Amino acid sequence: MLEPILVQLQNPNTQWVLLGTMLLGITSGVVGSFTLLRKQSLIGDAMAHAALPGVCIAFLLYGSKSLLWFLIGAAIAALISSFIIQVIINHSRIKEDSALGIIISVFFGFGIVLLTYIQHNGSGNQSGLDDFIFGQAASMVAADVQLITIISLIILVITAIFYKEFKLLTFDPQFAKGLGIPVSFFNGLLLLLIVCSVVIGLQTVGVILMAAMLITPAISARYWTDKLSHMIIISGLIGGLSGIAGTLLSTIMKGMATGPLIIIAATFMFLISLIFAPNRGLLAKALKQLSLRKKTSVDQVFLSIYDIAEGGTLRGIKDEAILKKRNVPLRLFQYSKNELNKKGFIQKEANNTWMLTDKGIEAGYELVLQQRLFEMYLMHEMEFAHLDLKTRDDLNLQHISKDTKEHLLKLLRTHNRSPLLIPRSASVRNRRLMV
Amino acid sequence: MFPVQVDNLTIAYHQKPVLQEVSFEVPEGKLIGIIGPNGAGKSTLIKGILGLIPTASGEVKIYGDEYKKSRKRVGYVPQRGSVDWDFPTNALDVVLMGRYGHVGWFKRPGKKDVDFARDCLKKVGMLEYENRQISQLSGGQQQRVFLARALAQDADVYFMDEPFVGVDAATEKAIIALLNELKAKGKTVLVVHHDLQTVDEYFDWVLLLNMRKVAFGPTKETFTINNLQKTYGGKLTFLQDQSLVVDEVNS
Repeated sequence: MLEPILVQLQNPNTQWVLLGTMLLGITSGVVGSFTLLRKQSLIGDAMAHAALPGVCIAFLLYGSKSLLWFLIGAAIAALISSFIIQVIINHSRIKEDSALGIIISVFFGFGIVLLTYIQHNGSGNQSGLDDFIFGQAASMVAADVQLITIISLIILVITAIFYKEFKLLTFDPQFAKGLGIPVSFFNGLLLLLIVCSVVIGLQTVGVILMAAMLITPAISARYWTDKLSHMIIISGLIGGLSGIAGTLLSTIMKGMATGPLIIIAATFMFLISLIFAPNRGLLAKALKQLSLRKKTSVDQVFLSIYDIAEGGTLRGIKDEAILKKRNVPLRLFQYSKNELNKKGFIQKEANNTWMLTDKGIEAGYELVLQQRLFEMYLMHEMEFAHLDLKTRDDLNLQHISKDTKEHLLKLLRTHNRSPLLIPRSASVRNRRLMV
Repeated sequence: MFPVQVDNLTIAYHQKPVLQEVSFEVPEGKLIGIIGPNGAGKSTLIKGILGLIPTASGEVKIYGDEYKKSRKRVGYVPQRGSVDWDFPTNALDVVLMGRYGHVGWFKRPGKKDVDFARDCLKKVGMLEYENRQISQLSGGQQQRVFLARALAQDADVYFMDEPFVGVDAATEKAIIALLNELKAKGKTVLVVHHDLQTVDEYFDWVLLLNMRKVAFGPTKETFTINNLQKTYGGKLTFLQDQSLVVDEVNS
């Protein structure tokens, strides 16, 4: 598998294509980060579809294929479409999503009409025009890639220069306006960057798949970081890697188009991010959830055992009695008993019953006290507004003031909820405080 | 010279007027509450003054100058719900945005700006959260970050849009302490406020607003049953039931 790739890599044509797709991936990853965070991902899609009639008109006017003129035509058409979208949003009750939907279909339909017209009036050499629908990376030549390189560099430099402004504009446009940042100018500039990256993507991935190049790397990158600058860099890397991977795949898989393979490569990286990213990934979330469930059920079982023991029976505690106090799924119940046993809080007795150990009483007392104080807090929340506790674990007896603690303990006594099973190790002074 | 001078301001959304012919002059070094029912145009007034939305007519002067010329003297705290808190950034970064007006084009905030921003975080008691991703802050903490960002603007007159909404008691106290500190430094603060119970405790002056200016003046003389009735109309009955309003003597 490696050898055909190496052979292909020595082909100068492949090298150009590789450079082109990589640059496209990097640029759309960088620009896409902003559009994603501005919740404007579909704008890229609209721009791409709108570019098709622009390309066709450029062909009709110029008479033959020329990437530069196609780019100009596409850019003008895309800007016109975005202008119309803004007009629709500002001057009618139609919302942004519907406006985008209208423009995408109208411009794309118009583009297809023009395309059919050109093909049926075969004046010049019209071959390759329909490549713009799905892209045809292999048809790129050195001159095309040089143009792509220049545009990419311009996009990246502009992003670097105005990073600060773009960031503020994306996070809080109103505040930006208050600071005197020319918001409309930067909105326009960002739109121009989107159009430029769409235009250089037309030849590689085509109008239909271009939106994915703007969305997928950016959304994947968001999974790995909580910092905008890192997100942009990672997004660019993922985009660039997708470009390279898609191109290499298409060189070894004869007859497979590059554009769709690039998108598949990007989507693959998205799936990896979705599942395996730390913190935000599905796997990390599931593990966190599972460990929370385990911890909760251990606590529940322990509380039940303490409750039973508090009634006077330290020994001979039956499974049924525990489950009757607080029901826990059976598998988690087994797990919880094992955990408590391992920690030495409970001990198994001959006839499959349990006993609470001294160590168990000590730990159980702490847990039950915290639990019941938290219940008091919930019952009398208005009196403890300054605490702002969400879960039992937020209630840290060391951190609350002496007065608050006294107040909570007093409530505990009034409601007759003081834990009665006091560990032997507790000092005399503490005992007095406890009961 | 007045920190804020509003003359005959009218604002309309889709041809429907939401604010009509509002004029007032804000004295320096006071805490001013902007009070009125829902839809009275309180936020709209602030946004209109700051030029965030187009105005139909009227004139706004900040320290005698047009807003465009005196931007650097103005700090702004938008409503907390106006931004997406899942944005990939941390608390310090948000506060640094307050420095952008002073940093200038093409430049990144320098060490001085970072120190200044950290100082502002400290003032709102949030320094220990400087590296926290903003979505992991509680509502009150997010509000304090917004306040710190406004402090970072190092302004003379501040506009705050509902800073007390959805915050915990500790944050409310922290905000009030901060407002008084700003006042002690001679700054002027205009606050859109909802809770009538706390008005006479928090603010020196009030602007009662319901699409028009109902009354404007020192709280003692202005925050009266009579004026509130004019502002809130029929909705006031339940206010009287809870006896929130200052006593009859004042009116």
